[in-house]
Amino acid sequence: MEKPLTQHIRADRQPLTLKEYEMAGGYQSLRKVIKAMTPKAVIDLVKESNLRGRGGAGFNTGLKWSFVPADSTTPKYLIANADEMEPGTFKDRILLECTPHQLIEGMILASYAIGANISYIYLRWAYKTAAHALTKALEEAKAAGYLGQNILGSGFNLEMHLHTGAGRYMCGEETALLNSLEGKRATPRAKPPFPQISGLFGRPTIVNNVETLCCLPHILMNGPDWFKDLSRTSDAGTKIYGVSGRVKKPGAWELPMGITMRELIEEYAGGMQDGLRFRGALPGGASTDFLVEEHLDVKLDYTSVAAAGSRLGTGTLVILDDKTCPVGFVKNLEHFFAQESCGYCTPCREGLPWVEKILESIDLGKGRMEDLQLLAFHTKYLGPGNTFCAFAPGAMEPLQSALKYFREDFEKHIHEKVCPYERETLSVLR
Amino acid sequence: MLTTEEKNEIDHAISLVPVRKAAGIDALKIVQEHRRWISDESLRDIAAYMDMSPEELDSVATFYNLIFRKPVGRHIILLCDSISCWVMGYENILQDLSTKLGIKYGETTTDGRYTLLPNCCLGTCDCAPALMIDDDLYRNLTTDQLDYILAKYD
Amino acid sequence: MTLYIDNKPYDVKAGKNLLETCLTLGFDLPYFCWHPSLGSVGACRQCAVKMYRDEDDKKGRLIMSCMEPVANNQRISIQDAEAREFREHVIEWLMTNHPHDCAVCDEGGSCHLQDMTVMTGHAYRRFNFKKRTHKNQYLGPFINHEMNRCIQCYRCVRFYKDYAGGKDLDVFASRSNVYFGRHEDGVLESEFSGNLTEVCPTGVFTDKTLKQHYTRKWDLTTAPSVCQHCSLGCNIIAGERYGELRSITSRYNGAVNGYFICDRGRFGYEFVNAPGRIRKAVCDTEVVRKEEVTERMKHLIGSSKVIGIGSPRASVQSNFALKMLVGKNNFYHGVSDNEHDLANLVIKILHEGPAPTLSMKEVELADAVFILGEDLTNTAPMMALAVRQSVRRQPMEQLAHINIPAWHDGAVRELVQEQKGPLFIASVHTTKLDDVATETFHSSPDEIARLGFAVAHLLDDDSPEEASLSPEESKLAQKIASILSMAKRPVIISGASCETDHVLEAAANIAWALHRKNQQAGIVLTLPECNSLGLAMMGGHRLEAAFNAVLNGHADTAIIMENDLYRHGKKSIVDEFLKVCKNIIVLDHSPNPTTEKANILIPSGTFAESDGTLVNNEGRIQRFFQVYEATENIQESWRWLLGLGTALGVDEMSHWKSFEDITQAIAKEEPFLKNIDKVSPPAGFRINGQRVPRETHRFSGRTAMLANINVSEPKPPVDSDSPLSYTMEGFRGLPPSSMIPFFWAPGWNSVQSINKYQQEVGGPLRDGDPGIRCFEPVQTSKIQYFKSDPAIFESQEDHLLIVPLHHIFGSEELSARSPAVGERCPAPYVMVNTADSADLKIHENEELSFEVGGQPYQLPVKVSSEMPRGMAGLPYGLPGLPFVELPAWGILNKEMKWMKQQ
Ligand SMILES: Cc1cc2nc3c(=O)[nH]c(=O)nc-3n(C[C@H](O)[C@H](O)[C@H](O)COP(=O)(O)O)c2cc1C
Ligand code: SF4
Ligand code: FES
Repeated sequence: MEKPLTQHIRADRQPLTLKEYEMAGGYQSLRKVIKAMTPKAVIDLVKESNLRGRGGAGFNTGLKWSFVPADSTTPKYLIANADEMEPGTFKDRILLECTPHQLIEGMILASYAIGANISYIYLRWAYKTAAHALTKALEEAKAAGYLGQNILGSGFNLEMHLHTGAGRYMCGEETALLNSLEGKRATPRAKPPFPQISGLFGRPTIVNNVETLCCLPHILMNGPDWFKDLSRTSDAGTKIYGVSGRVKKPGAWELPMGITMRELIEEYAGGMQDGLRFRGALPGGASTDFLVEEHLDVKLDYTSVAAAGSRLGTGTLVILDDKTCPVGFVKNLEHFFAQESCGYCTPCREGLPWVEKILESIDLGKGRMEDLQLLAFHTKYLGPGNTFCAFAPGAMEPLQSALKYFREDFEKHIHEKVCPYERETLSVLR
Repeated sequence: MLTTEEKNEIDHAISLVPVRKAAGIDALKIVQEHRRWISDESLRDIAAYMDMSPEELDSVATFYNLIFRKPVGRHIILLCDSISCWVMGYENILQDLSTKLGIKYGETTTDGRYTLLPNCCLGTCDCAPALMIDDDLYRNLTTDQLDYILAKYD
Repeated sequence: MTLYIDNKPYDVKAGKNLLETCLTLGFDLPYFCWHPSLGSVGACRQCAVKMYRDEDDKKGRLIMSCMEPVANNQRISIQDAEAREFREHVIEWLMTNHPHDCAVCDEGGSCHLQDMTVMTGHAYRRFNFKKRTHKNQYLGPFINHEMNRCIQCYRCVRFYKDYAGGKDLDVFASRSNVYFGRHEDGVLESEFSGNLTEVCPTGVFTDKTLKQHYTRKWDLTTAPSVCQHCSLGCNIIAGERYGELRSITSRYNGAVNGYFICDRGRFGYEFVNAPGRIRKAVCDTEVVRKEEVTERMKHLIGSSKVIGIGSPRASVQSNFALKMLVGKNNFYHGVSDNEHDLANLVIKILHEGPAPTLSMKEVELADAVFILGEDLTNTAPMMALAVRQSVRRQPMEQLAHINIPAWHDGAVRELVQEQKGPLFIASVHTTKLDDVATETFHSSPDEIARLGFAVAHLLDDDSPEEASLSPEESKLAQKIASILSMAKRPVIISGASCETDHVLEAAANIAWALHRKNQQAGIVLTLPECNSLGLAMMGGHRLEAAFNAVLNGHADTAIIMENDLYRHGKKSIVDEFLKVCKNIIVLDHSPNPTTEKANILIPSGTFAESDGTLVNNEGRIQRFFQVYEATENIQESWRWLLGLGTALGVDEMSHWKSFEDITQAIAKEEPFLKNIDKVSPPAGFRINGQRVPRETHRFSGRTAMLANINVSEPKPPVDSDSPLSYTMEGFRGLPPSSMIPFFWAPGWNSVQSINKYQQEVGGPLRDGDPGIRCFEPVQTSKIQYFKSDPAIFESQEDHLLIVPLHHIFGSEELSARSPAVGERCPAPYVMVNTADSADLKIHENEELSFEVGGQPYQLPVKVSSEMPRGMAGLPYGLPGLPFVELPAWGILNKEMKWMKQQ
């Protein structure tokens, strides 16, 4: 089984040095492309590889690039979205900490394709280890002539800077990220115009996820067919999947796209901890709908998970077991969303705290049946298009599916006026 | 007054972006690195240095979770309170930490040693629960490790 | 193109968004964050409608109408149940934290949030948790802050920062905790802060001066009026209750002030209510009844040699009545000779030159601006706001090619970033617009003129050459000329505030030179007072001549109308004049040093108690209406004079009975004002036989408000001068645009109802924007350029060239008397250059003593690196600073300094 993204990661998880990376074939792709391919050819090839964005939305990367005006003489920007802050998600961290050069190479390739001469890595504040690894790798890459003026004698110039955030989930949303890079509040921007047309500092910009960018050297080295063949389904490539929650061996693994949830949990994560049963999982972070037992054999790719009523998102599963209260689970999520709402648009800013308060009161045994209607009303009207950005719709995904799959739990809380799950009770600290 | 060192670091951040103001958040972080938090006075000084009004800069400063506009202790404990850590029982860690330090979220120990804050997912969900103290990440936490960990910082 | 709304086709205009289109079509669609002047950002989500892919799409999807461009054959539904439900829930969400304090809220009853709540049908509260609360801030004497009422529409910061260029108001924190205010308590710095009270759709920002004598908006008796505090003539609505003027709000005029007014205009009204107002006629210390005044004056005037002194702050009617009463030959204009010459020069430039005079709306659309000599924010504040819009707008011209409509405010700002349109400012000192200027040039008025002449010559060889420029100045002149000549709609702005004719002449030459190449090029000239132009159009002799007439014995009696001569003439001369003059008859409303010297003092009405007409800087004739009848002794100057004229049997005046008669006489007599009678419908105008009411039909307390005086309800006064009534009865529909006393429409109780009065949202009022311009550009092939002869500035030992510095709060006589504005007036000072102050060994706040025009001054120093060397700035018109004709050389008092050093 091929694991192009992670096969060279060292057992001690120390970052690959430039030497080690080069010995493993690193920067060969860049050498090849920058001599032999036009930017347009790169875009076409990536489009053909059917690489879909690993940031969560799964949009075809090559297609996204193709919207950048080719002839534009103004500056253009490429940004690596390394803000990974989606609860339950820890996939980019591995790539950032262990193979920083892979990301840099991917970014150079992407910059070359869209004609960007300045690029930024937007790294979340908490990833200190990654920051060290990247800082060192950037210096190495610059010294080796992979960055800077006239890269590898091609005439192509690229500056690359590491930017660390100041802690805010919204910074991961690509347009909020742009505002943040401009030194502003990380509130999102309206689309259209898309960043490809008017992005960072009003200039054409591409924002790509770390994992997406890391795929590029391999795709361009080995070709689109190779990439498609890695996958078990129509969505190409491998994917870094993760599992967290009360399983025997939580972790992350690079696997062929389209592995089933059952395989992932049982074969890789070692199955549920003893005495616990699987009740459900968020397939790709906090802002995806629950999948439940009946979905265990769903293939974890963009298309199949969508067909099952959820989203692959980041592909890192959070498991809900049968001893954990689904109401408490969702309350924790909605607390997160209410806290991280940017406060720009009404439904999200005012709706999410309301949702959190209702869930809290249900959890404390103070709920009323009409609260369930209120929750349902929020899931309906905080949906896509109704709020300014995709944040609030994302927040509603776990809630709406919990109301569907775990309704009896909600009702039990209300009827019994107490949380039926045994958890160590906690003096309220907040 | 910003120190020369702070100014040099801010100047470097400014050199990486096309517009001075774009380095505003970096400037806040730099000064915070030196002084632990951003007082009103620091805010005004940074704003002046960045050619911004205090309002404009504070608007940004108060948006981000990790810019501290109130005094904090010598060490910041960021306890992950997101979903995987919740499932794995971070609340026990919180309770223990709170008892040991005598503080709740948002508070600073009387000796000024620790400030305890909740934090979104630290991106180490397979090793939940987790917390960070300053730049150090602690994973797979159990309550019995806390004394050992807390003893490392003074 | 065709838009289907709920399956009905409508013919609509391209390039707009759906929200403004629906509102223009008359639909009631709720919104908060959108504003016609601020554009769309899609934050509040209140304006949702259903949009369908095509005829067969029955499901549709919710979209925000403010963010969606109209398209041909587009299908939307406003009535769709889901859309309605969503809109209702947006209110429900907003209400979760909004206090239920309408009953005690200043905004109650004229609140957009209330209106939208009713419109969407939200009534029942389902949120049963605690509300979050905020602390309020002290924001200065103008604005009250009540943050709990905030619905986070972001309009305040968008107006204050993005639109008006303010820096000290912002949004803080995030999530459901966002806070709008300053970073700490303190006075809001922007000169346009008062607009927050109208821009805010709830009661967060309210008028603090209104709070001192609070009245519900619907309980005010209101009239359309024109601001009296600078030459721009912004349209205002003035409201009264219990015989007191209680509030000023902006009156929409698409060509003049749009939706906004400045803080001087909004908060400067309280001089009207001042306890010291002149309310009774006094003849030689004896209070006399109204009827008697005429009698006594008649005798006095009949037996003496009378002159009349007019005023730039009195209406056209009052000045004309005075002129007719004393006779043309005995009419003196009442402003300093220099001021008079400058006003005449402005008339000459606008009347005889080819370049059109522009409205503020047209300035907003300019794509290159050159300002000569004016600190607009302080001399003509709203013009500064218009220039800001031009600077913001010009870079948007690049938007078209990537398909971003100008109303898409968020996208526009992100694309435009810090880019600014070209703006050049040549002024004696920094101005508040410098922050958006391409380049600034600070020097003496003559140097400014020289730069201007050089630019004009570069544009057209026929304009005289100005050779003596330094290399940097030449470079600047070339840059300005080249940018102006490339612009499609360049505007040259200048004015009388540096009191130098060369500056105006240079501005004219540039505008004319540009106009020769580009018919779109225009000029804007600002003047000192609200009716400076109207007065100048009336002719009149010089003030100096008036003084001489009395001092030389040609006259012994002066009628001084609404004019504090000490603001226009040197103290010693005015003193002398008033001493020698046997009979001093003064008509005025507020006490001042001149009224103190009056033998006969007659109480005039302020603008609020008067009907009248003003001519603004643009040459726009505008009518203002009496808000309320003053107590029996106070009446308009023109009415006093008319009574007198009739009693004296003055020929021309004998057949005048009313405002109407005078106005028609003016139309006949004064060539510039031939259309004055067409500015607004005549007094006899009725709609369906009805007058237009000054009170809304919601007006309350009419039978009870005076019950403490008399239980029987008094008969309301009858207005003989206008078609407005003093009651709530009358025509309920839209009145003619020149006489809109208040904005109201069913379901729209706040100022947002202005939408219903416009041809299209944000466009002109239904029957055109009020006012008639009296200048038409002259199409000549031969341009009579002004000669260029300003002197090169050379500093002089022991001398400083004193130039006037204007202050929005303080330089204007009447507003400075209002307590709130008074709080913002600076103390007198003199400003010198940093290096000069070092040479003089004088520090900030130490006193400098000097003499200008024979007048001694001793003032604390303000040091500024931007004040040109060898010059000093003296605040203009500040209470406590005697008048002096500037620019002039000030002689430093060495002894004084020497004493200081000891
Ligand atoms: C609220 C929110 C948070 C997001 N956070 C992240 C993130 O942390 N990392 C990321 O790569 N994408 C994140 N995204 C998705 C980005 O907006 C964007 O789609 C992505 O970076 C594009 O990269 P891709 O095309 O390579 O997937 C987030 C989206 C939303 C709506
Ligand atoms: S949905 Fe939430 S996060 Fe997105 S703009 Fe609205 S308030 Fe901000
Ligand atoms: S008016 Fe359309 S979203 Fe606010």
